[in-house]
Amino acid sequence: MTTPSSPSTPAADPAMATEWPLWEVFVRSKAGLDHKHCGSLHAADPRMAIQLARDVYTRRQEGTSVWVVRSDQIVASDPGEKSMYFDPAQDKVYRHPTFYVLPESVDHM
Amino acid sequence: MYTQAMDTMGKDAGDTGNKALRSAEDMQRQEAFDARIDAGEFIEAKDWMPDHYRKTLLRQISQHAHSEIVGMLPEGNWISRAPTLKRKAILLAKVQDEGGHGLYLYAAAETLGTSRDQMLDALHTGRAKYSSIFNYPTLTWADMGTIGWLVDGAAIMNQVPICRCSYAPYARAMVRICREESFHQRQGYDALLTMMQQGTDAQRAMVQDAINRWWWPSIMMFGPPDDQSPNSAQSMRWGIKRVSNDTLRQKFIDATVEQARVLGVTLPDPDLQWNEERQAHDYGAIDWSEFWRVIGGDGPCNEERLGARVKAWDDGAWVREAALAHAAKHTPARAAA
Repeated sequence: MTTPSSPSTPAADPAMATEWPLWEVFVRSKAGLDHKHCGSLHAADPRMAIQLARDVYTRRQEGTSVWVVRSDQIVASDPGEKSMYFDPAQDKVYRHPTFYVLPESVDHM
Repeated sequence: MYTQAMDTMGKDAGDTGNKALRSAEDMQRQEAFDARIDAGEFIEAKDWMPDHYRKTLLRQISQHAHSEIVGMLPEGNWISRAPTLKRKAILLAKVQDEGGHGLYLYAAAETLGTSRDQMLDALHTGRAKYSSIFNYPTLTWADMGTIGWLVDGAAIMNQVPICRCSYAPYARAMVRICREESFHQRQGYDALLTMMQQGTDAQRAMVQDAINRWWWPSIMMFGPPDDQSPNSAQSMRWGIKRVSNDTLRQKFIDATVEQARVLGVTLPDPDLQWNEERQAHDYGAIDWSEFWRVIGGDGPCNEERLGARVKAWDDGAWVREAALAHAAKHTPARAAA
């Protein structure tokens, strides 16, 4: 994000204060499909972010629509809590249609 | 675009990997990490990773990004001199691609916890390296075709295995890059073919001259021989590197020989010949002293290339500042809401 503070990063660089904010780019490849995350870029403001997103991520007709979101505005689940969050779904096999064994003659319902 | 085996540059990076004192918790994390690598899983940006893994990737991805950006210079030199409007449009598109590839890669490197400005500072002060191939001059139009054919061709050979790199943000950037890269090699070969088949004797001689100059630097792009590539084993272990330098070099040479024959040019290596027993081409000794000299800063164009990057950065400072000032002026207290 815009203020990396990992221990491996010496934060003393004064130039960092002038770095353009980071944006995440989402592209809809064609009507009917979802916007999909495809990368990030630096831009000073929303208009520039959209313009740069077009130039950087859709040079070969990869998109018909672009979203940009400031990276520091994204709220994400904590990777440290991945198992706590997602593992409970593992033992709920009855949520899948294949859990139910039906007679062959009606198995296409 | 362009990478060379970047582990060649880790000579002075020091082994910070396994010496530091580590807590029991870190040991457990390390074991879990190794198990994930062994299982062929991808590592994402926020996942725990060993420090040395992070540093190795940061060095490789940022150097790869720098190579894309510096790589725009030798070809940019010929945009205004392209022989036809068609070739000019093609070259513009290619150079723009290289810029885009640099941006994908900088973004991937930033996920490892460094800033764009820090990476650029490392490049501009000479602490970070870029591919040695861009320190050679582009003397004629035939150099454009030859760079596309040989330099981009070697880069593709290098980059395809990185699409399966264990670090997911890097792998995703490489997938995108490789998808765009094929046109770079084909347009170069096409430009050379046009000169060889429809050109004058002087133009054909120009093509041969360009190939004579670029051949050896191109096959050096795969990095030093496997037995002189000390960091390769660790990178292989971590799934950062998938195929060895010599294996890739051999594959490139074997593919290129037939392409040269169709083109009607010779590759400047008297020892280059098919070895029936190995089912591969033998080739002559590579002058590695030249490679290390050019990487070390003493190539024909090192100063010029770096000078151009530093000048562009310094001259653009007021634009970067003005854009931020403009943005601040036009986003009134929205953040406070």
